[in-house]
Order: sequence, then structure tokens, then C-alpha cells
Amino acid sequence: MEFETVIGLEVHAQLLTETKIFCNCSTKFGGAPNSHACPVCLGMPGVLPVLNKKVVEFAMKMALATNCLINKSCSYARKNYFYPDLPKGYQISQYAYPLAEHGHVFLDVDGVQKKIGITRIHMEEDAGKLIHDEHNPFSYVDLNRTGVPLIEIVSEPDMRSPEEAADYLKRLHEILVYLEICDGNMEEGSFRCDANVSIRPRGQKEFGTRAELKNMNSFRNVQRALEYEVKRQQYLVENGGKVVQETRLWDDAQSVTNSMRSKEEAHDYRYFPDPDLVPVIVDDTWVEKIAKELPELPLAKRERFVKDYQIPAYDAGVLTVDKALAGYFEDVVKLCSSPKAASNWVMGDVLKFLNEEKRDIRNCPISATALAEMICLIEDGTISGKMAKDIVEEMYKTGKDPKAIIAEKGMVQITDEGALSIAIQKIMDANPNQLKDYRGGKDKLFGFFVGQVMKATQGKANPQLVNDLLKKMLAG
Amino acid sequence: MISKQEVEYVAHLARLEIDDAQKDKFTSQLNDILLYIDKLNELDTKGVEPMSHAIAVTNAFRDDKVVESIGTESSLANAPDARGEFFRVPKVIE
Repeated sequence: MEFETVIGLEVHAQLLTETKIFCNCSTKFGGAPNSHACPVCLGMPGVLPVLNKKVVEFAMKMALATNCLINKSCSYARKNYFYPDLPKGYQISQYAYPLAEHGHVFLDVDGVQKKIGITRIHMEEDAGKLIHDEHNPFSYVDLNRTGVPLIEIVSEPDMRSPEEAADYLKRLHEILVYLEICDGNMEEGSFRCDANVSIRPRGQKEFGTRAELKNMNSFRNVQRALEYEVKRQQYLVENGGKVVQETRLWDDAQSVTNSMRSKEEAHDYRYFPDPDLVPVIVDDTWVEKIAKELPELPLAKRERFVKDYQIPAYDAGVLTVDKALAGYFEDVVKLCSSPKAASNWVMGDVLKFLNEEKRDIRNCPISATALAEMICLIEDGTISGKMAKDIVEEMYKTGKDPKAIIAEKGMVQITDEGALSIAIQKIMDANPNQLKDYRGGKDKLFGFFVGQVMKATQGKANPQLVNDLLKKMLAG
Repeated sequence: MISKQEVEYVAHLARLEIDDAQKDKFTSQLNDILLYIDKLNELDTKGVEPMSHAIAVTNAFRDDKVVESIGTESSLANAPDARGEFFRVPKVIE
């Protein structure tokens, strides 16, 4: 039987506000345990949470960037459960009246744009961190993260493969980082993803029973966990079994998913409106103000790069993954007016060097100005592309500008026809046999002469000029 | 109607330990309350938005400015159990 995979994702993104969602405690990561806490986030009786306005504005940015409709009125609800990561005994979230709904983002699936629906985006508070004692029956609680603002972005079950799911996740991540509302760090948990996955016989309209996957802390693991789970469900169904609705945890070391709790054990959260927090009313003026603050988004930037700079869609995709990288590229292009060359150098050498050291473009030792200058030097024939490879590496290592490196190493390309002719004549004189054979029809020996000239000039000869001169002189 | 099982379930969710006599008592009390609330159903509320708040205040916001927290020591001061800079609780793995 042929199966179709159905995937929907729930993404939690920590917002980059200075303070928590309902109190003035710092959201900084890495403080001493329980040092960023106050009576509100500690869940003391009698305290009153007050909403951080920036949380609403950041969430509105994401809603607008993902084409959601922002509800005129939304409100907070209590999600009740007992677990030591939330001292109040409930998490403040949004339930019946979320901030935004009915959005979408586009994926590129085999060159075709595919629309992935976004069901809703709502605001909520994060929970604290537990450290479980491996040898004793205790857990240790750090409440610094309790109350850090989150947005939850829930997708429609529109993805049809683990690759599509990973791609959707990357698009969301990219948008959040472009908006500068989330740092997107998956390892530290500021960008987290749960996945709902089911299979159904191809052609069937009804969805199959789904499993919810948790505990995947990288794009790669999301894809791997989904791939495993799809295979597991197919195997079950093909062998007469049944998929049960349950939550499963991804085990990275074993590369499997394991059952965590079934539907029967599922929590009963008993949501109800939080009486401590009044409704949030978002009027058109506010939406318009936020819309004006949106930067150019990745998809728009990609399309503009292809159109304005005439670079391939692939290049535009690589260059716009990171807003700073796209900015770097544009700075280079402004100064050297050769977009494809700029794209090649940025995507090739610069990114290679940076990736080797896991460095960010913001800390790149080669400034955009210096790279542009180097490209200009290739274009005007001062240096060859081959010399540039060495120069750019030296630029990365030393941070020096290309002209200084060229001067230091005497790397200027020889474009003097007279000097090159003399060198070629010498080589012809020194290799009479090869010359005879070449003139006798052994065309392949042309490469030998090119090599000799390059050797004699330590690679500094302008390759095009060497070719032209050699052709003329060897012909006799 | 609320059943005794529902009372047991809700008591469990709230982590309340109640004896059998209490279960019977709460079952009948909760049903009395629901009966009383049912009176509201006599009103026609078609077209009336559900109300979640008794006061007509909206958009109560705070600026995103850090205020010094109370510190680890004060945070842990009321804890029944703590070790070092952490609260200590019985191990429960979700």
C-alpha cells in the first residue's frame, strides 16, 4: 500500500525582550540559578501579573510576517497542571482567543511554491528548568526561565514529508531571526519544535491517528525523528497493527522515538480565562505602526536579489539565509558592480572560511570593502583569479586589505606583453623538441608551454595574455 | 449532573485528598450550585459575547524595563526544601 505522510508543527519561540512577559525580571540566559525571579514569576499568592507591551508587539510582527489576521481582541487563559517547572500550578497562555490566526508561509518544493497554513499564533510564558539527580530521588529547580515570553506558532497539517517539515521550520526560523524577535538558538532552547505526524493510504481523505513528537533540538533531528516515525507507523499498519494517539520522545542517541504518554494519560488542562489579565485590544493604528517597522523579509529579499542582481535563485537562497550575510553581499556589490563575482566569492571562499571556524559573518576579518576591492583588482587585470584565491585566504588570516598583501608578496600580475614575449621565447629556445612536436601537430603540448610560462613567472602572468601570445609565437 | 466519579477526578486533578463522606457531600453541593447556575439559562443570551472580566479595562501594559530581581537567597527563602541555589523537589520525570 502506498502511504501519504501528514505533518503539522508547533513551534515555540522565545522572544528577545529585556524582561519577562508578566514581570520586570531579566530574561538573560545564564544567570545564577533563581537569581532572575520575583514574587510574580515565583507564583507567590496575591501578586498581579502585568503584560509586557513589547511581547504583544513582537508577536504582532511575527503574525504580520506570516500573513496572519490579527484579532481585534485577544485574552489570556490559565492552563492548569502540576509540575515543579511552574510554581503557580498553571501556565498563562492563550486559548480560545489567540492573538492571530489564518496565516501562511511559502515553501519551495521542487521549484514550485507551496503554501503552508498557519492556524494560530499565541503568546504565553515559558516554564522553569529542572535538573534531575541521577542517583537520588530529587530534582533541582531553576525558575530563571519561568515567565520568559514565548510565542507558539501552530501550523495546519499541510506538510507531506519530513523534508517539507524541516524546510517549513527553517523558513519560520529565518523570519523570526530577520525580525530580530528571537535569537533562534535551538540548542539553548530558544526555538523549539513539536511535531504531529500521521500516515494515511494515498487518496484517503480522513487523517490517520497521529503521534506527537517531542525533544528534537535541531533541524536535522526534527527531520530524522519524523522519518523514523513515518517508517514506524507504516510498519505497524502494514503488519496489522494500529497507530495509537500518544506523545513520543525522540531519542537522539538511539535514533528512535519512544512512547511517553498515551491519550488516556493525556493532561486535562481545564483552561479558563485568567481573571488577573485584562483583554488586549489591537486597533488598526497599532497594526499599521508595527507593519511599518517590519524589515524586508527573506522571501522578498530573495526575489529582489534574483531580479536586481541577476544572480541564480540558488545564490540568492544561500545569501539571504542570514540577514547580515545578505547585507554583507550587498555592501560588496555596491563597491564592485559585479554581483555574480561577489556572490561566488562570498558563497565560496568567505563562507568556507567562516564555516570552518564556526564564525559569524558579523565577525568576518575580511571587510566588505576589502573583498570588493579585491574583486575590482581581478576585473581590471591586476591580479588573476588564481592569485586572488591565495590573496583572499591571506586577507582572512591577517585582516589586511588586498593591495597591502599584493605589495608584500609582489603578486602583481604580469600584463606586460614585451616581458612575457621574452619569457616565452626563452622557453621555446630551451625546449626545441617539444616545439618541433607541437608544430608537427601535437596540440596537447600547448598545455605544457602554458605550464612552463606560469612556472617561469611564478604564476603571475595574466593567463589570457599568455594564451594569446603563446598561440601566436608557437605557430611561428 | 455531576457524578461521584467526576468529583473524584476533579479532586485528583487538584491533588486533593478527600474521604468518602466528603465525596458524597461535595457531589450534592456541586450539583446544587449547578442547578442554581442553570437559572441563567432561562435568559436569552443569543448575541451576547461571553464575558471573561468583570471590569471594563483593556490593554493594561508594562514597559520592557528590567527591575532588579529579589535575588536567589530571597527567592528560596520560603521554599520547603532547597539545596545550594536550587529549589529541591521530589523527582518527577515528565
